[in-house]
Amino acid sequence: MKEFQIVVLAKQVPDTRNVGKDAMKADGTVNRAVLPAIFNPEDLHALEQALRIKDQFPGSKITLLTMGPPRAVEILREGFYRGADDGILLTDRAFAGSDTLATSYAISCAIRKIKNADIIVCGRQAIDGDTAQVGPQVAEKLGIPQITYAEEIVLLTDDKIQVKRRLERGIEIVECGFPLLITVNNSAPRCRPRNAKRLMKYKHASTVSNRQESNDDYLSSALTKPHLTIKEWSVADIECDREQLGLNGSPTKVKKVDNIVFQSKESRTIEDLDEDIDELMQELISSHIIG
Amino acid sequence: MNNIIVYCELEEGRIADVSFELLTKGRSLANQLNCKLEALLIGNHLKNLEKEIFPYGVDTLYVAEDKKLSPYSTLPHTSILVNLFREQKPQIALMGATTIGRDLGPRVSSSLGSGLTADCTELEIGNHEDKKLNKVYTNLLYQIRPAFGGNIIATIINPDCRPQMATVREGVMKKEIVNPNYAGELINLDVEKYVDETCFVMKVIERHIESSKINIKGSPVIVSGGFGVGSAENFKLLYRLANLLGGEVGASRAAVDAGYAEHARQVGQTGVTVRPKLYIACGISGQIQHLAGMMESSIIISINSDPNAPINKIANYVIIGKVENVIPKMIRYYKEHTK
Repeated sequence: MKEFQIVVLAKQVPDTRNVGKDAMKADGTVNRAVLPAIFNPEDLHALEQALRIKDQFPGSKITLLTMGPPRAVEILREGFYRGADDGILLTDRAFAGSDTLATSYAISCAIRKIKNADIIVCGRQAIDGDTAQVGPQVAEKLGIPQITYAEEIVLLTDDKIQVKRRLERGIEIVECGFPLLITVNNSAPRCRPRNAKRLMKYKHASTVSNRQESNDDYLSSALTKPHLTIKEWSVADIECDREQLGLNGSPTKVKKVDNIVFQSKESRTIEDLDEDIDELMQELISSHIIG
Repeated sequence: MNNIIVYCELEEGRIADVSFELLTKGRSLANQLNCKLEALLIGNHLKNLEKEIFPYGVDTLYVAEDKKLSPYSTLPHTSILVNLFREQKPQIALMGATTIGRDLGPRVSSSLGSGLTADCTELEIGNHEDKKLNKVYTNLLYQIRPAFGGNIIATIINPDCRPQMATVREGVMKKEIVNPNYAGELINLDVEKYVDETCFVMKVIERHIESSKINIKGSPVIVSGGFGVGSAENFKLLYRLANLLGGEVGASRAAVDAGYAEHARQVGQTGVTVRPKLYIACGISGQIQHLAGMMESSIIISINSDPNAPINKIANYVIIGKVENVIPKMIRYYKEHTK
């Protein structure tokens, strides 16, 4: 039976979906500091697809790869709890300021180092940028085909895969060989929950530098339990052209950022009394907005 | 050379609205930059479609026609764009932020090493001064988009790489014919020169496309409901009012998630962007993602029992009250006072 090498790409993101009242500053802008950092939701959907492949082909190996600051190791741990076999944190100051192109270049170099990936799965987009670019750009850098907006793997055999895609007004089922990259849509099934045994096993897993940073007591036990040490790669560990990394490797620049502040329009507040509503409706009709 | 090019997307044989919207924007940018507006059409059975494209002020239309190029598939279409762009060196390339444009755009940008900005809400021409390099760039494309879940608006530029690429969602820009008899040039591309046989690795096994039944985008009046409407039953009131006013029913994400309305009715950043003459927000608190999709409506009425609902800040009229009390009153008055 085929043993697939699967790489899942994941990103740790600020939870922008539920910007509640307390996350808004008095001037109407968002207070990013209070937003929790989470596993990008569609990347979790991607992990689920990888786990399903492994359910069908149990010899397969799932490697979770994330690029980000040291604390992004949290989502690797989360991936271990849910069934990932290996995790790699790609972290280096040289990556700072990367746009999607520089990000996908760095990630593609890391995937080359992982070697022989058959299937790369990631979320369609991350909720902090919503660009949906990194998946296809990684595929292009690796020179492999892509299937975006995937909802379900319909068929998987040793040498081909059929995937259902969710389009604006319908669906499409496409077939392709390996290797390939799949981006998973938000309509795909949610990820299975944490596994209690795995939670116990990986609770103290971390990278060496995170441990050193926090003077972690588990350093000694990590030496006897290799699964507690999560791999950490820097620029020096991947074969790459430094010119294509970070700010230098980013063709797009942010010229400026405006916080959204909602200006009050000239507005009128009325109660739900008959005469008030009648007056409003009459105004709308006479100004030809309705009627 | 150094023109603006728009990738025209096909939707079951018809040119997608978003492409016409981009051509309209492209025309005005081309006027500002004093360059040509060009378009690219890829697919099969493309006869006569040029007659729909030229009136938007298109100077050159490139057509790649072959039965293998339909339906859309990533690698062959990428190959045509990449090769054509290398040859023609456009300064700006635009495409729809659709499942096609968002599949194609990043692939092309990666191949050309040029920057791409997704889901722009505005495109403008402007200058940029790089103080570090002591260099002034003139006539750059400002690619303006919401980011961070719609909580900030970022202006993105590509100072050095060409083309400057951007995608724009359907409905964000207006479409407008410049001249029904605009004379452009049609150039048929020799497909074999642009696409290699090795690009055809993806096989389409099945396709079900429904012609969209719900189209809230073009509606002049939208009666939109949020979680505060309370039930699918109460939502029926919104339908009654919308029907009466010749409008459509929209919904917030929370209402869609609660099962009160279909996803096709969702207004906001993850749904449809609308700009009707009248937007009546019923029981919608006004998450920023929702506001981003409707704040350009001409008149906004908010019906909400919470006087402090964020949406009230951008509303022209705020009615403090329960949706199920207010709407019947509006219906009654309208019925009594119009024919």
